[in-house]
Amino acid sequence: MRKRIKYYNILVASFFIITLSGCATPAGKAFETNESQVKLRSIQTRAFDTTDKKKMMQTIISTMQDLDFVIDKADLTLGSVTGSKFLGQAVVTMTVTVRARGEKQLLVRANAQYGISSVEDPGTYQDFFTALEKSIFLTAQQVD
Amino acid sequence: MAAILLSLGVIGCASTPKGFLKPSEGYLEKRQLQIRQYDTTNEEQIISAVAGVLQDLSFTLDESETELGLVVASKKADATSKGQIAGAVFLDVLAAFGGSYSNNAARCDKSQVIKASVIVKPSLEGKKTMVRVTFQRIVWNMSNQISRVETITDPQIYQRFYDGLSKAIFLEAQQV
Repeated sequence: MRKRIKYYNILVASFFIITLSGCATPAGKAFETNESQVKLRSIQTRAFDTTDKKKMMQTIISTMQDLDFVIDKADLTLGSVTGSKFLGQAVVTMTVTVRARGEKQLLVRANAQYGISSVEDPGTYQDFFTALEKSIFLTAQQVD
Repeated sequence: MAAILLSLGVIGCASTPKGFLKPSEGYLEKRQLQIRQYDTTNEEQIISAVAGVLQDLSFTLDESETELGLVVASKKADATSKGQIAGAVFLDVLAAFGGSYSNNAARCDKSQVIKASVIVKPSLEGKKTMVRVTFQRIVWNMSNQISRVETITDPQIYQRFYDGLSKAIFLEAQQV
Protein backbone atom coordinates (compact mmCIF):
# COMPACT_ATOMS: atom_id res chain seq x y z
CA MET A 1 0.00 0.00 0.00
CA ARG A 2 2.72 2.42 1.06
CA LYS A 3 4.67 1.57 -2.06
CA ARG A 4 1.69 2.38 -4.20
CA ILE A 5 1.30 5.86 -2.60
CA LYS A 6 4.95 6.50 -3.26
CA TYR A 7 4.51 5.69 -6.95
CA TYR A 8 1.41 7.82 -7.01
CA ASN A 9 3.35 10.80 -5.62
CA ILE A 10 6.06 10.40 -8.20
CA LEU A 11 3.44 10.23 -10.91
CA VAL A 12 1.72 13.44 -9.71
CA ALA A 13 5.03 15.25 -9.38
CA SER A 14 6.13 14.27 -12.85
CA PHE A 15 2.72 15.26 -14.22
CA PHE A 16 3.13 18.75 -12.77
CA ILE A 17 6.70 19.05 -14.02
CA ILE A 18 5.62 18.18 -17.53
CA THR A 19 2.55 20.41 -17.66
CA LEU A 20 4.08 23.40 -15.87
CA SER A 21 7.22 23.40 -17.97
CA GLY A 22 4.94 23.36 -21.01
CA CYS A 23 3.21 26.48 -19.72
CA ALA A 24 6.32 28.56 -19.18
CA THR A 25 5.87 31.64 -21.39
CA PRO A 26 9.26 32.64 -22.73
CA ALA A 27 8.75 36.42 -22.93
CA GLY A 28 12.51 36.87 -22.89
CA LYS A 29 12.68 34.95 -26.15
CA ALA A 30 11.32 37.98 -27.96
CA PHE A 31 14.56 39.83 -27.22
CA GLU A 32 16.97 37.09 -28.22
CA THR A 33 19.21 37.51 -31.24
CA ASN A 34 21.76 35.12 -32.66
CA GLU A 35 24.22 37.80 -33.68
CA SER A 36 25.87 40.33 -31.39
CA GLN A 37 24.43 43.84 -31.33
CA VAL A 38 27.50 45.30 -33.03
CA LYS A 39 27.61 42.68 -35.75
CA LEU A 40 23.89 42.99 -36.44
CA ARG A 41 24.31 46.75 -36.91
CA SER A 42 27.11 46.29 -39.39
CA ILE A 43 25.05 43.71 -41.33
CA GLN A 44 22.01 45.97 -41.48
CA THR A 45 23.59 49.40 -41.95
CA ARG A 46 25.25 51.23 -44.86
CA ALA A 47 26.38 54.83 -45.32
CA PHE A 48 25.69 56.87 -48.45
CA ASP A 49 27.42 60.10 -49.57
CA THR A 50 24.34 62.30 -49.73
CA THR A 51 22.39 64.53 -47.37
CA ASP A 52 19.12 64.58 -49.32
CA LYS A 53 16.98 62.65 -46.85
CA LYS A 54 13.73 63.05 -48.77
CA LYS A 55 15.19 61.78 -52.03
CA MET A 56 16.85 58.88 -50.18
CA MET A 57 13.53 57.93 -48.63
CA GLN A 58 11.71 58.15 -51.95
CA THR A 59 14.36 55.91 -53.48
CA ILE A 60 14.04 53.43 -50.60
CA ILE A 61 10.28 53.37 -51.15
CA SER A 62 10.60 52.70 -54.89
CA THR A 63 13.28 50.04 -54.29
CA MET A 64 11.02 48.30 -51.79
CA GLN A 65 8.16 48.49 -54.30
CA ASP A 66 10.40 46.91 -56.93
CA LEU A 67 10.99 44.10 -54.44
CA ASP A 68 7.19 43.54 -54.22
CA PHE A 69 6.76 45.28 -50.90
CA VAL A 70 3.59 47.24 -50.22
CA ILE A 71 4.41 50.33 -48.17
CA ASP A 72 2.46 50.37 -44.90
CA LYS A 73 3.89 53.41 -43.13
CA ALA A 74 6.38 56.19 -43.71
CA ASP A 75 7.53 59.19 -41.72
CA LEU A 76 9.86 61.85 -43.08
CA THR A 77 10.75 63.34 -39.70
CA LEU A 78 11.70 60.01 -38.18
CA GLY A 79 13.11 58.82 -41.49
CA SER A 80 11.35 55.48 -41.38
CA VAL A 81 9.63 53.36 -44.01
CA THR A 82 7.80 50.12 -43.22
CA GLY A 83 6.52 47.69 -45.81
CA SER A 84 5.32 44.13 -46.12
CA LYS A 85 5.33 41.45 -48.76
CA PHE A 86 3.92 37.96 -49.12
CA LEU A 87 6.10 34.97 -49.95
CA GLY A 88 3.75 32.03 -50.36
CA GLN A 89 1.96 31.95 -47.00
CA ALA A 90 4.72 33.77 -45.12
CA VAL A 91 4.73 37.50 -44.46
CA VAL A 92 7.94 39.47 -44.73
CA THR A 93 7.98 42.85 -43.01
CA MET A 94 10.79 45.33 -43.31
CA THR A 95 11.56 48.67 -41.69
CA VAL A 96 14.20 50.93 -43.19
CA THR A 97 15.42 53.98 -41.30
CA VAL A 98 17.46 56.92 -42.57
CA ARG A 99 19.43 59.26 -40.35
CA ALA A 100 22.22 61.77 -40.77
CA ARG A 101 25.79 60.64 -40.16
CA GLY A 102 27.99 63.70 -39.65
CA GLU A 103 27.55 66.53 -42.14
CA LYS A 104 27.96 64.70 -45.41
CA GLN A 105 26.45 61.25 -45.11
CA LEU A 106 23.23 59.43 -44.49
CA LEU A 107 23.03 56.17 -42.59
CA VAL A 108 20.49 53.64 -43.88
CA ARG A 109 19.49 50.69 -41.75
CA ALA A 110 17.21 47.87 -42.82
CA ASN A 111 15.47 45.39 -40.51
CA ALA A 112 13.62 42.46 -41.98
CA GLN A 113 11.44 39.84 -40.38
CA TYR A 114 10.33 36.61 -42.04
CA GLY A 115 7.24 35.15 -40.39
CA ILE A 116 8.15 34.99 -36.70
CA SER A 117 11.90 35.02 -37.13
CA SER A 118 14.23 37.99 -37.52
CA VAL A 119 16.42 37.94 -40.59
CA GLU A 120 20.09 38.00 -39.60
CA ASP A 121 21.64 36.71 -42.81
CA PRO A 122 24.21 39.22 -44.21
CA GLY A 123 23.59 38.14 -47.82
CA THR A 124 19.89 39.03 -47.67
CA TYR A 125 20.64 42.57 -46.52
CA GLN A 126 23.41 42.87 -49.09
CA ASP A 127 20.84 42.07 -51.81
CA PHE A 128 18.68 44.94 -50.58
CA PHE A 129 21.56 47.44 -50.49
CA THR A 130 22.72 46.35 -53.95
CA ALA A 131 19.23 47.08 -55.30
CA LEU A 132 19.17 50.41 -53.44
CA GLU A 133 22.60 51.40 -54.82
CA LYS A 134 21.39 50.82 -58.35
CA SER A 135 18.36 53.03 -57.83
CA ILE A 136 20.18 55.95 -56.23
CA PHE A 137 23.44 55.77 -58.26
CA LEU A 138 25.56 55.93 -55.11
CA THR A 139 27.82 53.40 -53.42
CA ALA A 140 26.66 51.79 -50.22
CA GLN A 141 29.57 51.93 -47.82
CA GLN A 142 30.17 49.40 -45.10
CA VAL A 143 30.14 51.01 -41.66
CA ASP A 144 32.41 49.72 -38.90
CA MET B 1 7.03 6.48 -37.11
CA ALA B 2 10.43 7.52 -38.39
CA ALA B 3 8.75 9.38 -41.20
CA ILE B 4 6.55 11.28 -38.76
CA LEU B 5 9.54 12.24 -36.61
CA LEU B 6 11.47 13.29 -39.68
CA SER B 7 8.63 15.42 -41.00
CA LEU B 8 8.19 17.08 -37.59
CA GLY B 9 11.90 17.74 -37.44
CA VAL B 10 11.94 19.22 -40.92
CA ILE B 11 8.98 21.49 -40.17
CA GLY B 12 10.62 22.65 -36.96
CA CYS B 13 13.79 23.49 -38.82
CA ALA B 14 12.08 25.42 -41.63
CA SER B 15 14.47 28.32 -41.89
CA THR B 16 14.27 31.66 -43.56
CA PRO B 17 14.83 31.35 -47.30
CA LYS B 18 17.58 33.43 -48.89
CA GLY B 19 17.46 35.89 -51.74
CA PHE B 20 13.98 37.26 -51.07
CA LEU B 21 15.32 40.82 -51.16
CA LYS B 22 16.59 40.44 -54.71
CA PRO B 23 14.56 42.03 -57.49
CA SER B 24 12.55 39.30 -59.16
CA GLU B 25 12.59 38.89 -62.90
CA GLY B 26 10.00 41.00 -64.60
CA TYR B 27 9.99 43.80 -62.03
CA LEU B 28 10.21 46.29 -64.88
CA GLU B 29 6.93 45.00 -66.33
CA LYS B 30 5.41 45.34 -62.88
CA ARG B 31 6.52 48.97 -62.83
CA GLN B 32 4.68 49.53 -66.10
CA LEU B 33 1.55 48.10 -64.56
CA GLN B 34 1.82 50.10 -61.35
CA ILE B 35 3.11 53.48 -62.52
CA ARG B 36 1.44 56.33 -64.40
CA GLN B 37 2.76 59.83 -65.01
CA TYR B 38 0.74 63.04 -65.08
CA ASP B 39 1.68 66.30 -66.81
CA THR B 40 1.73 68.46 -63.74
CA THR B 41 4.14 69.39 -60.98
CA ASN B 42 1.30 69.99 -58.54
CA GLU B 43 1.80 66.96 -56.31
CA GLU B 44 -0.76 68.17 -53.82
CA GLN B 45 -3.48 68.14 -56.48
CA ILE B 46 -2.59 64.57 -57.47
CA ILE B 47 -2.42 63.26 -53.91
CA SER B 48 -5.82 64.69 -53.03
CA ALA B 49 -7.20 63.16 -56.23
CA VAL B 50 -5.69 59.82 -55.10
CA ALA B 51 -7.45 60.11 -51.74
CA GLY B 52 -10.63 60.99 -53.64
CA VAL B 53 -10.49 58.02 -56.00
CA LEU B 54 -9.80 55.63 -53.11
CA GLN B 55 -12.95 56.95 -51.45
CA ASP B 56 -14.82 56.54 -54.75
CA LEU B 57 -13.77 52.88 -54.68
CA SER B 58 -15.06 52.76 -51.06
CA PHE B 59 -11.66 52.32 -49.43
CA THR B 60 -10.99 53.84 -46.02
CA LEU B 61 -7.72 55.68 -45.43
CA ASP B 62 -5.42 53.99 -42.91
CA GLU B 63 -2.27 56.03 -43.09
CA SER B 64 -0.82 59.00 -44.92
CA GLU B 65 2.39 61.00 -45.07
CA THR B 66 1.88 63.85 -47.53
CA GLU B 67 5.51 65.02 -47.44
CA LEU B 68 6.56 61.68 -48.93
CA GLY B 69 3.38 61.41 -50.97
CA LEU B 70 2.16 58.20 -49.28
CA VAL B 71 -1.47 57.18 -48.90
CA VAL B 72 -2.45 53.75 -47.54
CA ALA B 73 -6.07 52.60 -47.64
CA SER B 74 -7.97 49.36 -47.18
CA LYS B 75 -11.33 47.85 -47.90
CA LYS B 76 -13.22 44.79 -46.71
CA ALA B 77 -15.09 42.88 -49.36
CA ASP B 78 -16.97 39.69 -50.03
CA ALA B 79 -14.83 36.87 -51.40
CA THR B 80 -17.40 34.16 -51.94
CA SER B 81 -17.69 32.60 -55.35
CA LYS B 82 -20.74 30.50 -56.16
CA GLY B 83 -18.74 27.96 -58.16
CA GLN B 84 -16.33 27.28 -55.30
CA ILE B 85 -19.12 26.80 -52.73
CA ALA B 86 -21.18 24.58 -55.04
CA GLY B 87 -18.14 22.37 -55.70
CA ALA B 88 -17.32 22.08 -52.00
CA VAL B 89 -20.92 21.25 -51.02
CA PHE B 90 -21.04 18.63 -53.77
CA LEU B 91 -17.87 16.99 -52.40
CA ASP B 92 -19.28 17.07 -48.84
CA VAL B 93 -22.52 15.42 -49.97
CA LEU B 94 -20.55 12.76 -51.85
CA ALA B 95 -18.50 12.07 -48.72
CA ALA B 96 -21.68 11.83 -46.63
CA PHE B 97 -23.08 9.25 -49.05
CA GLY B 98 -19.81 7.39 -48.83
CA GLY B 99 -20.25 7.29 -45.05
CA SER B 100 -17.43 9.66 -44.16
CA TYR B 101 -17.40 13.22 -42.89
CA SER B 102 -15.81 16.06 -44.77
CA ASN B 103 -16.16 19.80 -44.47
CA ASN B 104 -14.88 21.36 -47.65
CA ALA B 105 -17.49 24.09 -47.39
CA ALA B 106 -15.69 25.51 -44.33
CA ARG B 107 -12.60 26.02 -46.45
CA CYS B 108 -14.37 28.17 -49.05
CA ASP B 109 -13.39 31.81 -49.29
CA LYS B 110 -15.64 34.10 -47.29
CA SER B 111 -14.22 37.59 -47.01
CA GLN B 112 -11.16 39.57 -48.00
CA VAL B 113 -9.31 42.75 -47.10
CA ILE B 114 -7.74 44.64 -49.97
CA LYS B 115 -4.97 47.06 -49.15
CA ALA B 116 -3.84 49.80 -51.50
CA SER B 117 -0.61 51.73 -51.05
CA VAL B 118 -0.07 54.77 -53.27
CA ILE B 119 3.10 56.82 -53.69
CA VAL B 120 3.06 60.21 -55.41
CA LYS B 121 6.40 61.79 -56.25
CA PRO B 122 8.06 63.99 -58.86
CA SER B 123 9.34 62.13 -61.93
CA LEU B 124 13.10 61.82 -62.49
CA GLU B 125 13.38 64.87 -64.76
CA GLY B 126 11.08 66.78 -62.40
CA LYS B 127 8.51 67.98 -64.93
CA LYS B 128 5.86 65.39 -64.28
CA THR B 129 4.27 63.72 -61.29
CA MET B 130 4.56 59.99 -60.90
CA VAL B 131 1.94 57.80 -59.21
CA ARG B 132 2.63 54.22 -58.21
CA VAL B 133 -0.01 52.00 -56.67
CA THR B 134 0.35 48.48 -55.25
CA PHE B 135 -2.42 46.21 -54.02
CA GLN B 136 -2.40 43.26 -51.60
CA ARG B 137 -5.19 41.06 -50.41
CA ILE B 138 -5.81 38.75 -47.47
CA VAL B 139 -8.58 36.17 -47.85
CA TRP B 140 -10.45 34.48 -45.00
CA ASN B 141 -12.37 31.21 -45.32
CA MET B 142 -15.74 30.23 -43.86
CA SER B 143 -14.15 29.15 -40.56
CA ASN B 144 -12.47 32.57 -40.25
CA GLN B 145 -8.95 31.37 -40.92
CA ILE B 146 -6.64 33.18 -43.29
CA SER B 147 -6.65 31.03 -46.40
CA ARG B 148 -4.57 33.13 -48.75
CA VAL B 149 -2.33 36.19 -48.85
CA GLU B 150 -1.18 37.65 -52.14
CA THR B 151 -0.03 40.68 -54.09
CA ILE B 152 -2.60 41.56 -56.73
CA THR B 153 -1.17 41.43 -60.24
CA ASP B 154 -4.39 41.56 -62.25
CA PRO B 155 -3.91 44.42 -64.80
CA GLN B 156 -7.66 45.15 -64.81
CA ILE B 157 -7.59 46.22 -61.16
CA TYR B 158 -4.73 48.65 -61.80
CA GLN B 159 -6.49 49.94 -64.91
CA ARG B 160 -9.67 50.59 -62.95
CA PHE B 161 -7.75 52.53 -60.34
CA TYR B 162 -6.06 54.73 -62.94
CA ASP B 163 -9.27 55.28 -64.90
CA GLY B 164 -10.81 56.50 -61.69
CA LEU B 165 -7.78 58.67 -60.91
CA SER B 166 -7.87 60.39 -64.30
CA LYS B 167 -11.55 61.16 -63.75
CA ALA B 168 -10.90 62.40 -60.22
CA ILE B 169 -8.14 64.75 -61.41
CA PHE B 170 -10.52 66.14 -64.02
CA LEU B 171 -13.41 66.47 -61.59
CA GLU B 172 -11.31 68.19 -58.96
CA ALA B 173 -9.92 70.62 -61.54
CA GLN B 174 -13.55 71.44 -62.38
CA GLN B 175 -14.31 71.86 -58.67
CA VAL B 176 -16.95 69.13 -58.66
